[in-house]
Amino acid sequence: MPHDPPETESPSHGAHVGHLDDFHTPLTYWQTLEIAVRELLIEKGITTGAEIAAAIDSMDRRSPADGARLIAKAWIDDRFRRKLLADGSAAMTEFGLNPAGLRLLAVENTPGIHNVIVCTLCSCYPRNLLGLPPDWYKERAYRSRLVRTPRVVLAEFGLELPAETTVRVHDSTADMRYIVIPQRPAGTTDMTEDELAGLVTRDSMIGVSRASSPRGFRE
Amino acid sequence: MTVANPKPADRVRVRADSPPGHVRTPWYLRGKTGIVERCLGPTLNPEQLAYGLPANSVKLYRVRFTMAEIWGEYCEAPNDTLDAEVFSHWLELEETGRAS
Amino acid sequence: MSEFVGRQWHDMGGQDAGPVVNEDHDFAFWEKRVDALMVIASGTGRFSVDQLRRVLEDMGESAFETMSYYERWIAAINRVLIESGIYTTEELARKLSDVRARGTTYGDCCQSETG
Repeated sequence: MPHDPPETESPSHGAHVGHLDDFHTPLTYWQTLEIAVRELLIEKGITTGAEIAAAIDSMDRRSPADGARLIAKAWIDDRFRRKLLADGSAAMTEFGLNPAGLRLLAVENTPGIHNVIVCTLCSCYPRNLLGLPPDWYKERAYRSRLVRTPRVVLAEFGLELPAETTVRVHDSTADMRYIVIPQRPAGTTDMTEDELAGLVTRDSMIGVSRASSPRGFRE
Repeated sequence: MTVANPKPADRVRVRADSPPGHVRTPWYLRGKTGIVERCLGPTLNPEQLAYGLPANSVKLYRVRFTMAEIWGEYCEAPNDTLDAEVFSHWLELEETGRAS
Repeated sequence: MSEFVGRQWHDMGGQDAGPVVNEDHDFAFWEKRVDALMVIASGTGRFSVDQLRRVLEDMGESAFETMSYYERWIAAINRVLIESGIYTTEELARKLSDVRARGTTYGDCCQSETG
């Protein structure tokens, strides 16, 4: 029944806020392939429509907010901070987050050291903690240049580092996925864990920015 | 030069090989010398997994290089560092950092 | 060290490139489905992310330059599934014809609960 409108749109369609509507626009070649591959996998008993919907929901639920809560916990709880540094995946589990195979390695910024993450060979990213990576993380400019001129690249993100700070670049070449523990901003002594988590941006956990300063705070 | 079985603080050199096939050792590190930052234990060799083959167990290391070692002393900041994960079969032991 | 030949296009660390464009986009629903297919296929034991990476590399630089991220992924997922014997190219050809015969949009072509 070509060209008949679907009787009902799928339950999944519209259930995911924030993605673009592609239901009524002409299919590209690759979208046609997506339909074919998906239907073949279902016909072969490899998956089901419900499993695909569940996988999408699972990914949608992962976001930088999870990483931010983990960092805030490390800022206020030194035992947890040391655990996060020693075994990131175990710390995730203790915190109630499911690593789902993710081998997490946390690296910590200090007054003298700034860490930043890249994957030059593809675009490895701690997606089971932070969700899907931003576009710029996957593109040529970042992947090519960060390992050679990290200070110039960080400046393009608005982060100027003093010469006396050591920059440590981490190239995710194999099994580990990285998260930066940014420095806890000044003026946050009285903040709650939830308030602190609100200062931890995605970019600060990749290492291309600092954590945000609390509203109204001036150095 | 021996088959590398390094420990943290050992100096290791990345083999300057370029086999045409799937590998995980970035080009810019080949032939460069660094310090083992930590051992990550055994893992399956992705160079075999990539072809759908049964894979050998290989040891994985995090190796720290100075920017001066990788790019030369006139690089952006010679004392900045780069850490990467390198599989044991890509490493040669230069000298141990262990007290002996 | 200057003599080795055969640097692959995807091994781009240290090369020159333009400024980082600090932009992002919301994922289209079909892109999320492609991502889900990768996650599910990886859990079968007959498909590895390592294979996916190797196929993406072998698709070459022109694919990187001309196709979007999830276009490359669905192209590579399909090739790994064929290599792994999940389905044949003949089955794929018939399925593609079948899908095309239904219409020109996801609305036309997908009646399933994930369409």
